[in-house]
Amino acid sequence: MQTESKLFCKGGGCTAKLGAGILSRVLERLPKGPADDALLVGYDSHDDAAVYKLSDDIAFVQTLDFFPPMVEDPYIFGQIAATNALSDIYAMGGTVKTALNIVCFPESMDLNILGEIMRGGAEKVHEAGGNLAGGHSIADSDVKYGLSVTGVVDPRKMYQNNTGRAGDKLVLTKKLGVGLICCANKVGAASAAAMEQAIASMTTLNKYAAEILAQYPVHACTDVTGFGLLGHLHEMLDGRLGCVLEQGSIPVFDEALSYADEFLLTAAAQRNRNYVGANVRFEGVPFALEEVLFDPQTSGGLLAAVSPEAASTLVVELQRRGLPAAVIGELTEKQGTHEIIVR
Amino acid sequence: MLVNAMGDACPIPVVKTKNAIKELQGAGQVEVWVDNEIAVQNLTKMAQQKGYGVNSAKLEEGKFQVLLTVGDAAAVEESAPQVEECRMDARSGKVVVISSETMGEGDPVLGKLLMKGFIFALTQQDVLPQTILFYNGGAHLTCEASPALEDLRSLEAQGVEILTCGTCLNHYGIADKLQVGGVTNMYVICEKMLQASSVIKP
Repeated sequence: MQTESKLFCKGGGCTAKLGAGILSRVLERLPKGPADDALLVGYDSHDDAAVYKLSDDIAFVQTLDFFPPMVEDPYIFGQIAATNALSDIYAMGGTVKTALNIVCFPESMDLNILGEIMRGGAEKVHEAGGNLAGGHSIADSDVKYGLSVTGVVDPRKMYQNNTGRAGDKLVLTKKLGVGLICCANKVGAASAAAMEQAIASMTTLNKYAAEILAQYPVHACTDVTGFGLLGHLHEMLDGRLGCVLEQGSIPVFDEALSYADEFLLTAAAQRNRNYVGANVRFEGVPFALEEVLFDPQTSGGLLAAVSPEAASTLVVELQRRGLPAAVIGELTEKQGTHEIIVR
Repeated sequence: MLVNAMGDACPIPVVKTKNAIKELQGAGQVEVWVDNEIAVQNLTKMAQQKGYGVNSAKLEEGKFQVLLTVGDAAAVEESAPQVEECRMDARSGKVVVISSETMGEGDPVLGKLLMKGFIFALTQQDVLPQTILFYNGGAHLTCEASPALEDLRSLEAQGVEILTCGTCLNHYGIADKLQVGGVTNMYVICEKMLQASSVIKP
C-alpha cells in the first residue's frame, strides 16, 4: 500500500508546470492566424484565460488546467485540481458555466482511485455553480487530472492581468507557501497541521474572493499559480509598471518559511527565480521569504490591483469572509533596473 | 563523502546532501552528483546560506558535480596547497568583456548571431567567468529585445556577476530597458579588469 501511494504522488501540482522562459520561446514562434476582433484575450497577453466576445454584454471565458498529484489522497487531489482549474475563470471576473474532465490514468491502477479523484473534482465544479458536462480520458503511465472550464463574463467588466495603474494597491487573497509545504510533505518533513492548512487553502474556491472583488474598483486581476507571486506580478507589470511590496504584510504560511530554511526547495521555484529574479530587488528580505515569493502556488489566491481608496475596506470584507487577504504593496510608475522591489 | 543524487527530483538531492553533512559530524567535504542544473542551483543556495564552500562543475552531459566544504575544512583548504590544487570553483577569476553587439569584423548580421552563440556557449562551460562587463554597443545585450537575455539570466543565477556601463546605457537612451544584472561605472570596470586573472574579449 505504501509503495502504491508513493507511485501515485510524484511531486505535482503547479510545480509540474513548464518554465515560463522555455514556454515563451515556443509561443512566440507559433504561426498567427488571421486576427479576430472578437477574441478579446488570447496568447499575446499572457493572461489567465481566453475571452471571446459574443455580444456587447456577453463573452465566454475558456481555460484548462491539469497536473499530476501533489497530495496522496485522490479525493483531495481531485478537489485541488478542480479548484485550481476553475480559478482562471474568477481571475478574469467571470462566472463558471460548464466544465469537462481531463484524465490521464494508468490502466493497471485501481479504478476506485480514479473514481475518488473525479468525485473531488465534480464536487468543486458544483460548488462553483457549474455543470460537469463531459470529459476525455487516456491511458498514461502517470496520473494527471484537471478540467477544461468555460465561463461567461460581461466584456466591459472583465479583468485583465496587465491593466493595473500606478498607485493601485495590490491585494492578495490567499497565503503563500503551499508549494514548499507540499514539497516538504513529499519527503515526510511537513507537519500534519501545515499540510492540513495548505489543503484547506488549495481547496478554497476563488469564487468567494471574486464575488467580493466584483463590488470594488478592480483594475487588474490574476491568480497566483505556477510562476509564484513574483512571476505573476511580473506579468501584471507588463513592462509598463513597477511595484513595491512590503514584506511584513505579505500573508505567508509560517511553516513554509521553516521548510525554506531547511532548503526543501522545489525545482520550479528556482526556475521562477531564473525567469524573473533579475527584475527583483530584495531590501533586507530573509532568504526563506525570498523563496516563498518564488514558490509555485497550486490553486493560489487572486492578486488584484485596486483603487487605493477602496483597498482597506475590500480587505476587511475579504477577511470577514474568512480569507487571509492583505494589501501587500502597490503599483508604481516604471522604475529603473528592478521593476519589483520587496522591502 | 559522495552523494549520488542522479535521477532524484528536488528536494531529494538537498535532503541526501544534508544527511551526508550530518554524517560528517563536523568539518569535511561532500561531493554530490545531480543530473540537472536547477538542482545545482538549489544546492548552491543552501551552501551559500549555510556558509559552506561550494564549487560546481559539469562533468558530462546530464551529470553535474557539486562540492561542498563544511566547517573548518573551508579554512584548511585555504592553507593546504594540495587541496587548493583541486579547487573546482565553477567561477574563475576570469572577466569577459563585451564591448559590441557583434562578434568579430565583417557582416554585422553574422556578428550578432555569433555574439548570441558566444553567450549561449558561455552558459555551457564547466568554468564560468567571475564577471561579464558590458559597455558601449555591448550595453544593448543586457537590455530589452536582446537575444541573449535568457542565457545571461541563467549565468547570473549561477553566480556570474553581470554589469553594464551606466554611461553607455544613458548614451543610448536605454537606461530604463536594462533587464539583467546591475549598472556600473568606469572605476569599477577598470578595477574588475585589473584584478581579473584574465580578461576575455570575444
